[in-house]
Amino acid sequence: MSQAISHSNDNHEHHEDLSILGFWIFLVTDVLLFGTLFATFMVLRTHFDGGPTGKELFEAPGYITETFLLLTSSFTSGLATLALHKGKVNQLIGWLIITALLGMGFVGLEINEFSNMIAEGATISRSAFLSAFFTLVGTHGLHVSVGLVWMISIMIQLKTDGITSVMKRKVTMISLYWHFLDVVWIFLLTIVYLMGVM
Amino acid sequence: MLDNLKDFASHFFVTGDPLIYGADVAIGLTMAAIIFVLFYFKKWGWLWREWLTTVDHKKIGIMYIIASLLMLFRGGVDALLMRAQLALPNIHFLQSEHYNEIFTTHGTIMILFMAMPLMFGLFNIAVPLQIGARDVAYPFLNALSFWMFFFGAMLFNLSFVIGGSPAAGWLAYPPLSELTTSPGVGENFYIWGIQLSGVGSLASGINFTVTILKMRTKGMKLMDMPLFSWSVLASCLTILLAFPVLTVTLALLFIDRFAGAHFFTMLHGGNPMMYVNLIWMWGHPEVYIVVLPAFGIYSEVVSTFSKKKIFGYKSMVFSLMIISVLGYFTWVHHFFTMGASANVNAFFAITTMAIAIPTGVKIFNWLFTMFRGRIRITQPMLWTLAFIPTFLVGGATGVMLAVAPADYQYHNSYFLIAHFHQTLIGGVVFGYLAGLYYWWPKMFGFKLNVKLGLWAFWLWNIGFYVCFMPQYALGFMGMTRRVYTYGWDMGWAPLNLISSIGAVFMGIGFIFQVWQILYSIKYGERDTTGDPWDGHTLEWSIPSPAPEYNFAVLPEVKGRDDFWRRKEEGLDNKIKEKDLKPIHMPKNSGIPFIMSAFWFVAGFGFTFGWTWMIVIGLAGVAGCMLARSFSKNNDYYIPVEQIRKTESKYGRLV
Ligand code: HEM
Ligand SMILES: [Cu+2]
Repeated sequence: MSQAISHSNDNHEHHEDLSILGFWIFLVTDVLLFGTLFATFMVLRTHFDGGPTGKELFEAPGYITETFLLLTSSFTSGLATLALHKGKVNQLIGWLIITALLGMGFVGLEINEFSNMIAEGATISRSAFLSAFFTLVGTHGLHVSVGLVWMISIMIQLKTDGITSVMKRKVTMISLYWHFLDVVWIFLLTIVYLMGVM
Repeated sequence: MLDNLKDFASHFFVTGDPLIYGADVAIGLTMAAIIFVLFYFKKWGWLWREWLTTVDHKKIGIMYIIASLLMLFRGGVDALLMRAQLALPNIHFLQSEHYNEIFTTHGTIMILFMAMPLMFGLFNIAVPLQIGARDVAYPFLNALSFWMFFFGAMLFNLSFVIGGSPAAGWLAYPPLSELTTSPGVGENFYIWGIQLSGVGSLASGINFTVTILKMRTKGMKLMDMPLFSWSVLASCLTILLAFPVLTVTLALLFIDRFAGAHFFTMLHGGNPMMYVNLIWMWGHPEVYIVVLPAFGIYSEVVSTFSKKKIFGYKSMVFSLMIISVLGYFTWVHHFFTMGASANVNAFFAITTMAIAIPTGVKIFNWLFTMFRGRIRITQPMLWTLAFIPTFLVGGATGVMLAVAPADYQYHNSYFLIAHFHQTLIGGVVFGYLAGLYYWWPKMFGFKLNVKLGLWAFWLWNIGFYVCFMPQYALGFMGMTRRVYTYGWDMGWAPLNLISSIGAVFMGIGFIFQVWQILYSIKYGERDTTGDPWDGHTLEWSIPSPAPEYNFAVLPEVKGRDDFWRRKEEGLDNKIKEKDLKPIHMPKNSGIPFIMSAFWFVAGFGFTFGWTWMIVIGLAGVAGCMLARSFSKNNDYYIPVEQIRKTESKYGRLV
């Protein structure tokens, strides 16, 4: 019996590693998804159709604060991974909570930004440029929101299960995901906002 | 109130066409019959436990294959309807709008709901067994892939009786597919049917990539892998790179239709040609996604039935990979007429022609493998032999189409229709049929009857040439694709009539195959050895059908075609009792089925723009995901005792 158990542990570790590999490949496909959206945006970024331009719409305090929140949350999710490797559950959960709060702040600001724009008449159907803008930035925001739900579910499971090999895998995945979204945001910031106001 | 209801129903249900009423009745009766049988024989529990919740790759493979054969039937009926309409000039069998719907559903169904699932079915059946694995890397995800495909296909097919079918061609080019020109729900059905099954395809791409990279049995290096598994890897890598583009493209089209955005519209800065570029960045790799595994099957079949190792193994692998990479750089050949500069067209013309080189290498390798081999003409081999000349002609006409200036003449003519059916039927369908005949005994434990199979084979083949050769000529005579009728004065009548007769031949061929399957279930030759073809690769070393854990003890291999080597060295495939250990297996789960059903609900809501339904659907999806995330004990062990029983039943235990 004891042999069977150690055998089963081997199997589990193996499965968790496999899952992480699969997750990396999933991220590659997600890169391509964003790549396609970026390409679309590049084609349409000057198609204002006489409507508002990026220069008129984007407000520096908004997107700079968003950047600050997301970058910081990426850092805190890194700290969470450190706590994971040290095996400290409470610390881990703590950093995840902070990460999630920062992420919520980000999403909140983005919603605020979108609704301000819509109120000014800059809606998705105003011009091809705005269609591309809302879709690209919105897709990123949607990714962050899904990540938040996932992160909360992981925190609950950590609370009940502690740090198991399964939970290790899950925390590793969400932090990979979170860093990935951070990198995508850097591109968004550069291509959409900074190039837009220039 | 009643009037409101009536008004709603007349929009909701497709009305006014006797063909559709007939189909309504047929669908209703079939459903009633199925439900009756399930109740009468008390089979609900069995259906749920054994099939709807299964995570076993072999059963999932079988479900894929059944679903795809049903879709082949539907797509084939569409094809016959079109050929009936075109058989003679000025026929009033189908109205123009109805014709548009039928070529759209035919094309979409054949590629996305017939070829793709048949391909995934064969992946599931063969890959884990060939590489000596107990299952795919992610069995749960595998089940999810299947059910996403299944519900996507259901959603698409529903458009036939509810709401109205899409009618903007199998790639739904805007501006025609935009809201202003296609105001009905048809295009929404198209978008969501493909989106759902596309997610499944992407997940399968990840699943089989990891399976092949990480789950090979001890001693099997990549360069020892059977060529079918190599072709699956090539195809999956292509899926990973191509399908995200499709997802985005269709999403953007939907945002245009749903939220009034302007990606592809003619107004407010939209650009329809961007859609055409994007969709073909997926669409061209897609044809390689489906044809590469067919190449893999031909390699297995040729080698087995020539009793030789495949000639030029390394060059075969290399060609597969080159084709999958080059496949990304040819998409513009679908619209040389867009008006891109001569340099752009020249680039894409040359890349397209370049693909002929590795393909030619493969054909020569198959021929050299047969050369001086001890050839056995079995059913899989027949379809393979038929493929070679067919694909040669298809390839040659492809190179003709790739000559950009000349394409200004052939573009969107019947020449093109003949070309791509030549490669899709002669390459993909023949290949998958060869694979089906080849692995059938492994799936079910009996062979398919030869006599009926020969009838089917010759009907398909003769029918194929009779149907499509005249279409090349029709193309030269000026007949364009997607025309629903033509006049006597065009001079197209005789060739069209011949073509339609050929289509009927293929239809009869299909009926023979259905008969062949039903007949063989009862009378087919049983396979008791597990190795009915004297095979070379690991799947033939285990009993047919394979036990749920595939390999009682994972084999250790020493190189290519290891099972053949073992037979040559006189080793048997018996298993020592002391080697048996409990086997770790994934548990069945109802979540993939339920979650995909919720996606279906959400997709239906999106199609009709019903927010409440979208919310219910998406909430259900989220609930399923969380349920899976929180669930524990998703695996179990098969005890040694049970393995011992199973293996000794097959007489494999010493
Ligand atoms: C089995 C015999 C088949 C027959 C008789 C047949 C016949 C036809 C016909 C008559 C058309 C319409 C041509 C037009 O008016 O434009 C068509 C279009 C098409 N077929 Fe087939 N077909 C067959 C099999 C297949 C298969 C196996 C595939 C794919 C795997 C396929 C893919 C397509 C596609 C993509 C289109 C284009 C649809 C569009 O214009 O949007 N067909 N076929
Ligand atoms: Cu192409």
